[in-house]
Amino acid sequence: MTALSIAYAALFYAATAILVVGVALKIRSYVRTPAPLKIPTTPAPTTPGGVALRLTREVVFFESLFKASKWTWIFGWMFHAALLLVLLRHVRYFQQPVWEVIAFVQPFGTYAGFAMVAGLAGLWARRVLVDRVRYISTPSDHLHLALLIAIGSSGLGMRFVSPTDIVAVKAYMLGLMRLDIQPLPADPLLLLHLALVALLMIVFPISKLLHAPGLFFSPTRNQADTSREARHVSAWAAALEKK
Amino acid sequence: MATAAFETPKLKPYPVIPLVAAGATSHLKPFVASPAIQAAVGFPGELSEGWEQRAVAKMGELLDKYRSLRVYMDACVHCGACSDKCHYFLGTGDPKNMPVARQDLMRAVYRRYFTFAGKHFPRLVGAVDMTKDVLDQWWSYYNQCSECRRCSVFCPYGIDTAEVTMAAREIMDSVGLGQKYANEIIGKVHRIGNNLGIPGPALEDTLLGLEEDTKEETGLDVRFPLDEEGAEVLLVTPSADFFSEPHVESLIGYAKVFHAAGIKWTLSTKASEAGNFGLFIGNYEQMRNISLRVKQAAQELGVKRIVVGECGHAWRVAYSFWNTLMGPFDWLDPRYPVPQHICEFTWDLIQRGALKFDKEKNDGRIITVHDSCNVARASRMGSMPGGQFVIPREIIKAVANNFHDMAPGTIHESTFCCGGGGGLLTDDLMEIRVKGALPRMEALKNVVDQHGVNFMATICAICKAQFSKVLPYYGFDMSMVGGVHQLVSKAIRLGEPN
Repeated sequence: MTALSIAYAALFYAATAILVVGVALKIRSYVRTPAPLKIPTTPAPTTPGGVALRLTREVVFFESLFKASKWTWIFGWMFHAALLLVLLRHVRYFQQPVWEVIAFVQPFGTYAGFAMVAGLAGLWARRVLVDRVRYISTPSDHLHLALLIAIGSSGLGMRFVSPTDIVAVKAYMLGLMRLDIQPLPADPLLLLHLALVALLMIVFPISKLLHAPGLFFSPTRNQADTSREARHVSAWAAALEKK
Repeated sequence: MATAAFETPKLKPYPVIPLVAAGATSHLKPFVASPAIQAAVGFPGELSEGWEQRAVAKMGELLDKYRSLRVYMDACVHCGACSDKCHYFLGTGDPKNMPVARQDLMRAVYRRYFTFAGKHFPRLVGAVDMTKDVLDQWWSYYNQCSECRRCSVFCPYGIDTAEVTMAAREIMDSVGLGQKYANEIIGKVHRIGNNLGIPGPALEDTLLGLEEDTKEETGLDVRFPLDEEGAEVLLVTPSADFFSEPHVESLIGYAKVFHAAGIKWTLSTKASEAGNFGLFIGNYEQMRNISLRVKQAAQELGVKRIVVGECGHAWRVAYSFWNTLMGPFDWLDPRYPVPQHICEFTWDLIQRGALKFDKEKNDGRIITVHDSCNVARASRMGSMPGGQFVIPREIIKAVANNFHDMAPGTIHESTFCCGGGGGLLTDDLMEIRVKGALPRMEALKNVVDQHGVNFMATICAICKAQFSKVLPYYGFDMSMVGGVHQLVSKAIRLGEPN
C-alpha cells in the first residue's frame, strides 16, 4: 500500500462525507424553513399528482428552460443527460457483479462523454459570446465549467488516448467501500481525474450546484394551486392569529 | 413633481433584445418616505447607526421565515434564462434589470454573511459587505421591479424575483428606508379605509352621483349601495374604481350586472379598497392587517359572499392569500368560491343565461386583452388551471363582436407587465414606467396595425392607470385602455326581464 493510495482514500472519504453531510444539512434547512404563503407560478396543477408531474417535467425535460431559451436548453439538457449516462457507466466501479442495466449502458456512457463535454463547451460559449450572460458570469461560474470539462476530458483521455489499469481502479474502489485500501495506479491522468471529482463533491454543498436539490423545494414549482380550497398556514403565521 | 427628461423608446416591428447598457437606469429611484410616513406604518423613520448589522439580521430572519428566499438564494446557476424576460430590461438595457442580476444584488450580501464560500472566498463568488453603496443599488433596482413574476415562468428552478424584491424592500423598511408612495398609501388605507384616502361621506356622495348618471343613461334605478347590512354580496374593489377614468366605467358595469341578476350587494366604507400594498413591500403583517379589514366589514354587514373587483394584485392577495391570512371562510355561503372574482361572478351568470347583451353596442370597438401579471401568474379563475385567461376572454366575446389576441409570447403566462405594477405607479418613477411598458406597447402596436385594434381591455386598476398615462408617450390615445366590465356595461340589456 502506498502513501498515494492512502492519500486518495482519505480524500475520497472526506469528499464523500462533505457531500453527504453538506447536502443533508442544506436539505434540512430547506425542509425546516416554512413556506408561509401559496405562491405557485400559475397556471399551476391543482392536485399533488399534477405537481409531481410538473416537477418530473422540470427534472427530466427542463420544461421552463425550454420555454426560455432553446440554445441554453439544448446545451444544458445535453450536458445533464450525458452526465447521467456517464455516472451510470461509472457505477460498474462500485459493484461486483455488475448489474445488467449498468452493463447495458456502457457503450452509451462512453459516447455520452463527448456529448457532455460538447454541452459544457456550448454553455461556456454562451458565457463568452452572449453579452447578457457574460455580464452575469462570475469567476466561480467559469471555474465550475472548467472543472466539469477537465473531469470529462481526463475521463475521455483515459478511455481513448492513454488507457489506465481499470481493473486495479475497480479493485481500489471496491476496497474503499470495504474500508480495505488497495493499491491505486499512479497514472497522472487518473490521479487528476479522481482529484477533480473529489473537488466537485466537496464544492457541491457550498456552491450553485445546490440547484439540484433546490428545484424540489421551490415553492413556485412544488405547490398545488389550491389556495381557495385548502387553508395553508405556517407555524409562525399561525402564531400571529393568537395575538 | 417633474422628473428629468428622457427619451421614449422607439417601437420596433418585432421584439429586439437590447445590448447591455450598464448603468442606464442607475439614476432612477423613488422618493424616500418621511419619518412621519414610516412611523405611521411602524417602521423606523430613517437610517441610523448600525443599520448594516440590523439589515443583515433582518435578512437572516427572513431566510428563516421564507423557504422561497432561502432556496432562491442558493439555487441560481446564472444560466441566463431570465436575462431577456424582464420588461424593464427590455425597455432600458440596464443589465441590473435582468432578473438574475437584480437577485444577485441580494445574493452577494447573502453569500458574504450566510455561506461558507462567501465568508472565506468573497471575490471568487462575488460576495460583498452590506454597505451604503450596496444599499443605494438595492434602493434603485429593487424599486425597478414590478414583482410581475414573468421571470419565474422561465427559470428552470422557478426562482421568483418578486420574492427577492419583497424581501429586499422589507429589509430596507426595517432599517428606516421606505418608499414614499407605497408606505404613504398603507398609512391611508389604515387611517381612512382606502388607498386614495377618500373619506366615507365623499364616497357616499360619489356613489349617489353614479346612481344619477346611470339613471340618466338607462332610465333605471341601478343602485350603488354602501354599507347596507343584510346584502348578499360584499363587493371589494380598488378605490380607483370610485374616482378614476376609465376605472369607474367598470364599477358601473358591476352595478349593472348586480342589477340585472337581481342580487343584493353592497360596498363598504371600511373595506373601500381591494388593493393591498402590504404585498408590494413584502410585509406579511401589513398584508394581513389590510386583509382583515375586509373580514371585519363582511362580518359586520352580514354578507354571504365576497366578490373582488377588477384589480390584479388585489386578486392575487384575495385568491392566493386570504384563506391563509383571514380564513377559514366557514361563515360565508359554501356554494360559492371565496373569494370570487367579478369576472367569475359575471361569467357564471352569463352561462346560466341570467344576463343578455346587445353585442353590437360594442361594435365601434376592436378589442384586445392585456392579461394583468398578478392575475395571470399568481392566481386563477374558475375551476381549471388557466381559467384566468379563458374567463375574461369569454366575457369579452359574449359582449362584443370584435376580438383579437396579441402575439402568443406576450399574453397568458408570458404576459408583459404594464410597467407600473408592484408599487411603481408613482410619478417619481415615470421614466422606468414608460420604458418598462415598451414590450406591451410593441405587442399592442402589432394588433393595431394588423387588425385595427382600438381598445385594450384589462382587469387591473394599476394597469388602467398606468396605460392611461403611458399610452400617449407611444402615440396611442389614452382612452384605448379600459376594463372588461366597461364592455359589459355598454352591452348589457337591463330593464324588462328578457
